[in-house]
Amino acid sequence: MIMYVAATIAVIVAIVIALARAILGPSLYDRVLAGNAVGTKTILLLGLMGFLTGRPEFLDIALLYALMNFIATIAILKFFGYRTMSPQMRDISSRLRNGHNDGGADG
Amino acid sequence: MMGERMDSFIHYASLFLFAAGSFFVITGALGLLRFPDFYTRMHASGVTDTLGADLILWGMILQADGDWLLIAKLLIIMLFLMFTSPVSTHSIAHAAWVGGLNPLLGKDLKHSDIAPDRDETKSAPEAQSADGQHEGGTE
Repeated sequence: MIMYVAATIAVIVAIVIALARAILGPSLYDRVLAGNAVGTKTILLLGLMGFLTGRPEFLDIALLYALMNFIATIAILKFFGYRTMSPQMRDISSRLRNGHNDGGADG
Repeated sequence: MMGERMDSFIHYASLFLFAAGSFFVITGALGLLRFPDFYTRMHASGVTDTLGADLILWGMILQADGDWLLIAKLLIIMLFLMFTSPVSTHSIAHAAWVGGLNPLLGKDLKHSDIAPDRDETKSAPEAQSADGQHEGGTE
């Protein structure tokens, strides 16, 4: 029991430090990196809390969170790389705005 | 008798794994806070996150008491983290490099010159497809 408590405290301290980096971070990518680290440690925290409280069903939530964290990181990076959620949609909308509406959906 | 000794061995092994995992998690977080540069921070966070998470998950596997459903779930989480943690770290680094974030160079890590092959990277297809709107990573 004591080792669950120690590991949980360590993970919570690591989450707080990573949140400090996310708040301080001078660039956008520092914040994304800190968010990714917080997500990884949240998976560990969910598993440890499940073992600590004797409810290992928390592992299902940890599994779901592991899936979502990866996709969230990739989606955030894609959004800030292209400044839009979908490059094809951006091309079509800019073509419509410029009046080149010749119906050519080549994307 | 044999089962008792095995149980205590498993107990101490998981104790050691939890301690090592906590150490690596704390070390990675401290590196994420204290290192001078984005790329060095990424190294600290990315390397230790994978190892610390895997060690803590191995400790939990040893504590699962032979429950095969729990062990399977923990192994799936571990496998997934083992694949996705380096991939997301790499994609953050690639996005930062394409987005124009320069690493600190030199022995003292003080100046941030343009890296030698910087222009070649700038004209990569990823950089061009955004209509030249890459104004750099810093806010």
